[in-house]
Amino acid sequence: MAAPTLAAEAKPWADPAAKPFIRIRNITKNFGDFTAVDDVTLDIYKGELFCLLGGSGCGKSTLLRMLAGFETPSAGQIEIDGQDMARIDPHHRPTNMMFQSYALFPHMTVEKNVAYGLLRQGMPRGEAMERVADMLRMVKLEDFATRKPHQLSGGQQQRVALARSRVKQPKLLLLDEPLGALDKKLREETQFELIRIQETLGVTFIVVTHDQEEAMTLSTRIGVMDAGQIVQVGEPQEIYERPGSRYVADFIGSVNLFSGEVDASGTDMLRIRSAEADGDILAPPMAGLKARQGVWVAVRPEQITLSREAPQNARNVLQGMVEEVAYLGNLSIYRVVLDSGKVVRVTKANLSHEESPITWDERVYLCWNPAAGVVLTK
Amino acid sequence: MKRGILLPTFAIAGFLFLYIPIVSLIIYSFNKSKLVTVWGGWSTKWYGELLSDPQIMGAAWVSLKIGVISATLGTILGTMAAMVLTRFGRVRLRGLLTGMVTAPLIMPDVIIGLSLLLLFVAMEALIGWPAGRGVLTIVIAHTTFCMAYVAVVVQSRLVDMDDSIEEAAADLGARPLRVFFDITLPMIAPALISGWLLSFTLSLDDLVIASFVSGPGSSTLPMVIFSKVRLGVSPDINALATLIVLAVAIGIGTSWFVMRRKEKK
Amino acid sequence: MSGPAPKSGLRKGTERFLRAIGFSGRGLVIAVPTLWLLVFFLIPFLVVLKISVAEPMIARPPYSPLFVHGPDGWSLKYTFDNYAYLWQDSLYIKAYWSSVKIAFVSTVLTLMIGYPMAYYIARSEEPKRSLLLLLVVLPFWTSFLLRVYAWIGILKNKGLLNAVLMKIGIIDQPLVIMQTDIAVYIGIVYTYLPFMILPLYANLVKLDGSLLEASADLGARPLTTFLKITLPLSLPGILAGSMLVFIPAIGEFVIPALLGGPDTLMIGKVLWSEFFNNRDWPVASAVAIAMLVLLVIPVMLLRLANTKQEDLI
Repeated sequence: MAAPTLAAEAKPWADPAAKPFIRIRNITKNFGDFTAVDDVTLDIYKGELFCLLGGSGCGKSTLLRMLAGFETPSAGQIEIDGQDMARIDPHHRPTNMMFQSYALFPHMTVEKNVAYGLLRQGMPRGEAMERVADMLRMVKLEDFATRKPHQLSGGQQQRVALARSRVKQPKLLLLDEPLGALDKKLREETQFELIRIQETLGVTFIVVTHDQEEAMTLSTRIGVMDAGQIVQVGEPQEIYERPGSRYVADFIGSVNLFSGEVDASGTDMLRIRSAEADGDILAPPMAGLKARQGVWVAVRPEQITLSREAPQNARNVLQGMVEEVAYLGNLSIYRVVLDSGKVVRVTKANLSHEESPITWDERVYLCWNPAAGVVLTK
Repeated sequence: MKRGILLPTFAIAGFLFLYIPIVSLIIYSFNKSKLVTVWGGWSTKWYGELLSDPQIMGAAWVSLKIGVISATLGTILGTMAAMVLTRFGRVRLRGLLTGMVTAPLIMPDVIIGLSLLLLFVAMEALIGWPAGRGVLTIVIAHTTFCMAYVAVVVQSRLVDMDDSIEEAAADLGARPLRVFFDITLPMIAPALISGWLLSFTLSLDDLVIASFVSGPGSSTLPMVIFSKVRLGVSPDINALATLIVLAVAIGIGTSWFVMRRKEKK
Repeated sequence: MSGPAPKSGLRKGTERFLRAIGFSGRGLVIAVPTLWLLVFFLIPFLVVLKISVAEPMIARPPYSPLFVHGPDGWSLKYTFDNYAYLWQDSLYIKAYWSSVKIAFVSTVLTLMIGYPMAYYIARSEEPKRSLLLLLVVLPFWTSFLLRVYAWIGILKNKGLLNAVLMKIGIIDQPLVIMQTDIAVYIGIVYTYLPFMILPLYANLVKLDGSLLEASADLGARPLTTFLKITLPLSLPGILAGSMLVFIPAIGEFVIPALLGGPDTLMIGKVLWSEFFNNRDWPVASAVAIAMLVLLVIPVMLLRLANTKQEDLI
């Protein structure tokens, strides 16, 4: 099979002329007084593995269910492959969904579960059963074809659910927390399995997850949702390195936020007065900022270095006291209290055997490169 | 905690209270004497008398017929109502339907019977249907309360059921009716069976409503029993009771046994 | 990918046609049960309401029409005489009061008998527990009428109970129980006992055994534990069971008709005889309406208790 062009390499979202596969326009969904999805506009391209990431109740599952047709939008428009979905019932949509609970038909065997979709589209039984057998072989479940779902382990059920949603070769696969119920090891294996399927078949995936690590591993792009709105869309690296808001910065990985206000005197570097940091912080320049505007500087824990002596020629140097150290094997996490009382989190890779690592109640210098900080206005 | 003997004594007394009347009916059904207090020796003559009584046998046949039809219609309508209330999302008049489904459960039989009779009389005067009272009007009346019981039983099953299973079928291309028959129906089948059995029992047992809405020639078994026992104890009714208890005990005993075996598996 | 099913084109055509005339399967599923209940449950009450304000007449049907066509067109003819009659004739007030009293006393008795049974079942081990539960439910599946009838043979003057009591020498004159209110109490308690036990059991079985142990551990005596822990926690079960007994008991007809005497007044029986013996349809209708009003009160209480219970959970 010729490998299809990978969206991950072609990056169609960077090309303004590229035609999106899914166009979501101003979609809103109200449940009574509650707005689950609030005016979401989003383009997703063919061959993407797009993750909708957010905490529980952020509207990500509702958005997915509107794509599948289980919820009717209160306002807005959804287009899949050029076709308006407004009046299309779920059973006529070119999508298939894998449910968080797997939703296997409990009274049917594995084989019949997987064959169900093929038979509904009118495929002759013989042909359908052949396809099912192929599919079960591919997911290594051929020995379980005649078992009922309750006789399978959680991981096997997950594979049946995935096989069932794939067998019709839909243009769009919707996965609702696909790995949520699996243990850590199985989770990692399945993540790579999903990427492999996506890369060999070129299907478009939309995955809903609350797990930022999962989103980082899987996706071509991530859409971070909060309170029914998409707060940022971008490639994993972009979201991690250049979060657009405190919410995103905090949700993806851990982060230190220093509040302060813009000092007008800054020129090539942005100077921010921060009481929390006991002084000024330098950060990369940013357009559109006014003098004395309140901002936050986000610095990832791994960007900060600790030392006993004051670093030479360094900018952004703070002082504090080590309050706690957690040893995690490959790295250690430090909690350092600044004189202002602000607690800063620092991670340090444990590269080689150190004579006397920094430990509790030591006075230390913290330092980071101004380019590593991100200025946030919201 | 120390276990006293007071509690088991109370409980055993309670079970005796529940079963002594039934056991006494069974024993006296084999009494040769017509008098309750006098034991005239073992006999099965009342069974013979029962089976050759055309009035009782006829009424039993009417009751069975009404029971089967009402329970079946009630199960169909009740399942529809339960689907509307649990699976159809926002429906106009939903509150009205909820109220009408639960109200028959707490409504006294005399009121249901009276109101339906008055309706049938008014309808006959107005549109000429249903012409007179009989099996048809009893079936309508019984179907109405049966559907309420079925709706409640099926509704609680549907609420417990993960509805993403039905969504999965729709997602795989099944139309709504197909989803119902392929997925929903097999999954709620136990609730349908118990709903049907409950309906059948209630229909078979109803005296009051049937008395209001029946007509000449459509006396049900409870109506015949009532008119007989009003005049005192009658031994062939004991025999009838014994047969009913036997049938129920066999039915429930087997289902209990089957269920326990399934659980053990 | 395989093509669409050959018959789907035809199907789509039919579907489109049915939609065009405003018909959908969904609409049908909503309409059928709603219409059925509307016609055979709700409208009958309006008919009862209508007849309760009519005058009795010797005619077929035996009541005056609501709309009268007179010389100056249609007019409404109604009277509240039937309700006034209920108020004036002491029989009805007495019957209402006596129904409530009998239902209340029976409910209390049922609770007193049912509670220890439910408690005992809830504290039993499997499989004994499910067997006992089965024994509670089993009588319900046999004929209610026949179970009430069985008590005639036990309670009547020359019945089983008197025979046994006289044989063992406790009494020498037969007790007169049949055709008294006592027989009605026995009948109601007996019939509705399972309805009391089941909700009580469902509540008591959820009661955490460690709570009781904790109470005993803190030095409470069994009676104190029961009064301070078990009883308050089982209040929702007590309430549910009591309502399941009280509400149907108020409208009961068969039990007072078979076991009660001529003095046993219950509103269901009064309605029955008003209708079948006196053939006074308008008064029977007024009795039914008044009875409904009487029932609304405990039902509202039950609703209130239910919402409170949900709040607690």
